[in-house]
Amino acid sequence: MSVIYVLLAISLVVAIIFFVAFIVSVRQGQYDDAYTPSVRMLFEDELVKTGNEVKSKVKN
Amino acid sequence: MQADTCFHCGDPCDKQLITFDQKSFCCSGCKTVYEIFSTNDLDHYYELQEAAGSTPKAIEGKYDFLDNEEIVSKLTEFNDDNIEIINLYIPTIHCSSCIWILENLNKLNRHVTNSQVDFPKKTIRVTYKNQSFSLKDLVLLLAKIGYEPYISLEDFEGKKKTADRSLIYKLGVAGFAFGNVMFLSFPDYFDLGSSAASGGEYWLNEYQDLFRWMMFIFSLPVVFYAGWDYFVSAYKGLRAKLLNIDVPIALGILILFIRSTYDITFNLGSGFFDSLTGLVFFLLLGKFFQQRTYSFLSFERDYKSYFPIAITRLNQNGKEETVPVQEIIKGDRILIRNEEMIPVDGTLVYGNAQIDYSFVSGESEPVAKEIGEQVFAGGKQLNGVIEMIALKSVSQSYLTQLWGNAVFKTDKITAFQNLTDSIGKRFTIAVLTIAFTATAFWLYHDPSKAMNVFTAVLIIACPCAIALASPFTLGNMLRIFGKKKFYIKDTQTIERLAKIDTAIFDKTGTITTSQKSTAHYEGMPLTPEEESLLKNTIRASNHPLSRSLYDLLKEQNIITLDEYEEHVGKGLESSKDQINMKIGSANFVGKGSSESLLDTSIYISANNTYKGRYVFHNQYREGISSVFKNMSESMNLAILSGDNEGEKERLEALLPKLTPLYFNQKPETKLEFIKSLQDQGKKVLMVGDGLNDAGALAQSNVGIAISENINVFSPACDAILDASKFQQLYNYILASKKAMRVIKMSFIVSLLYNCVGLYFAITGQLEPVIAAILMPLSSISIVVFTTVMTNLIGRKLT
Repeated sequence: MSVIYVLLAISLVVAIIFFVAFIVSVRQGQYDDAYTPSVRMLFEDELVKTGNEVKSKVKN
Repeated sequence: MQADTCFHCGDPCDKQLITFDQKSFCCSGCKTVYEIFSTNDLDHYYELQEAAGSTPKAIEGKYDFLDNEEIVSKLTEFNDDNIEIINLYIPTIHCSSCIWILENLNKLNRHVTNSQVDFPKKTIRVTYKNQSFSLKDLVLLLAKIGYEPYISLEDFEGKKKTADRSLIYKLGVAGFAFGNVMFLSFPDYFDLGSSAASGGEYWLNEYQDLFRWMMFIFSLPVVFYAGWDYFVSAYKGLRAKLLNIDVPIALGILILFIRSTYDITFNLGSGFFDSLTGLVFFLLLGKFFQQRTYSFLSFERDYKSYFPIAITRLNQNGKEETVPVQEIIKGDRILIRNEEMIPVDGTLVYGNAQIDYSFVSGESEPVAKEIGEQVFAGGKQLNGVIEMIALKSVSQSYLTQLWGNAVFKTDKITAFQNLTDSIGKRFTIAVLTIAFTATAFWLYHDPSKAMNVFTAVLIIACPCAIALASPFTLGNMLRIFGKKKFYIKDTQTIERLAKIDTAIFDKTGTITTSQKSTAHYEGMPLTPEEESLLKNTIRASNHPLSRSLYDLLKEQNIITLDEYEEHVGKGLESSKDQINMKIGSANFVGKGSSESLLDTSIYISANNTYKGRYVFHNQYREGISSVFKNMSESMNLAILSGDNEGEKERLEALLPKLTPLYFNQKPETKLEFIKSLQDQGKKVLMVGDGLNDAGALAQSNVGIAISENINVFSPACDAILDASKFQQLYNYILASKKAMRVIKMSFIVSLLYNCVGLYFAITGQLEPVIAAILMPLSSISIVVFTTVMTNLIGRKLT
């Protein structure tokens, strides 16, 4: 047996994993709005802070 | 400076100034929003962007229809006993602060579990618990913080739209296959596998078949899924006896696939799978690039996106009930609140109507109506509550019946043959001729090569570069125009725009601006005391006409009036130092009848003697004279106005001599006028703005809607032009003509590539590696060429 079958199989599997990941992400609508996430990312610090506050309120 | 502008919305606080928490606000609405945000620890809103807010409007009673469960269930995307999910369109979303506050809705109300903003579409998707919270509460909450959602009849009737993502999938499949096939054909490129006789790489020769059949497998989804549309389109074209550009493309794909499969089956070569997958990938890339790009604009609006879902009807017992607008029948008594839209034609029976028809005609000054007069659908009530009796149903009203016209059901795209397709016809004929001639030649000289040459010609002549020229040129032009605030629906509109020879303009709102109006005074001159009194009197009034007149009058010192009274629907009365002044309608000031019904005026009398009147005019847009002058050199122009002839003389002075002016045009007659021009073979551009132009915009070859604010609705059209760019209209038309020239130039370039390829094909020396080099090379150079050229055109535009 040649190692080439193994190599081909590996490369194919890796390629297909990425392909499936792409299809799944499109299907979930991740590419529908390419702008808002870029802004949302900058809010992160505030959101983390408020997230904790909400949690502590729930606990109380 | 800080004291002058509102901390919340950034508007100047000259009319009213509220100071709260050491910050100034222009109105109590803005202050309330600030209070809500600061008490909920959401001050961060103002740090992200200064003065980001918008002023909340009065909404009392406006959303009562959301109590109706049937309506709610139609509007929501998902609902069960616990949770409801809704997508709302919020026109005021404009900055990062908006995103931040709207995504923190759960801090303002604990029933909201999740909210997510889609900024380009200006929509928000909210998930909330519905036990003790309703859609109405949500809408009111949003309205209270200045983000009033827009819920229209269209949302109510519309099916839930699902985004069409098939092109992205196809592009993914083709790109995936292209990449892998390229890797698998690498050994061939370096000529390692082919020379089995002379040794070569042993194990590449050994596994040659495996490589080739894997390429075959990769190309299957490309041909039968990603490229399938080309077969469908070619078949449709042939059945309609049209040779469109997809015919040679489909032929090329098919021949590539069959020849390659044949080659690898009989071990004649490695096939052209790399060219095949690459071809489909590039073609789809072109298609993807020319897809429309303005998700926040809609070019397909009809009256349904303007009209409310439900309206308040008074039943026989005088009780209010909320009913969907479609259920209104002739004879119903309807209640219209402040800022509500009138959904049907009817007779006014109660209240002071000040109706803003700007959606309909573009005219910004509201029209006063008295009891017994007719009001038309599409107007917006501005002054308190009115009641009216419906005369027609919604779909039969003066305005809405326009949409029954057949023109709204035909698609402009199907009726137009674009440049690529018209080239495609000649191209296909030429390619087939060359293919058959070359085959005949080789049949005579060396029959073994004949089939090889025939397929090679069809493969190399596959018009990939030609098919790419138009999407990339026009797609890039579309983006360039978009940056200049000229928003075009699709790439084909640019082609049609380049062919325009007649331009028709609406008047009000199109060549006049609704932002500013001017007025001139007719009558006896006013004394300085009277002028001061006049300005101070209207200062207190909130009537839209008073507001515009106030801005036009000279500055006066603020004085305290001895007496002031506002007679709703009639006018104002005030007195100071023995001057008693009446300002308002002709009747009110004691001037028997109006001087002219053709214009909007404010009449003034002092101490019961009639003094004079202020006549309001529309102000024409800056530079319209020069725009018309330039355009008249190369095309026919005309003005088509729904208004009366009051402005005829002023217009004649502004426009080039002999420009035809037509007044008192109904929406239908506008449509018919365009149609008659088209019957004479003219290519007509219609420039309009209101719903009354909708028919003409749809009928014309290119309909451009002028919009003062692109976030506000504009009627169905092919392109939306920001009003500030009106002067550039002609330059934009010229730019589209230049873009068409770029496409023609790239056709020549790609034909040169084809000639080189054909040399290899006809002489029978087309190796897969040549095809694999030539095909991407021609495609990429066309993409580069068109991009550079269109950017050069774009640089000259302002």
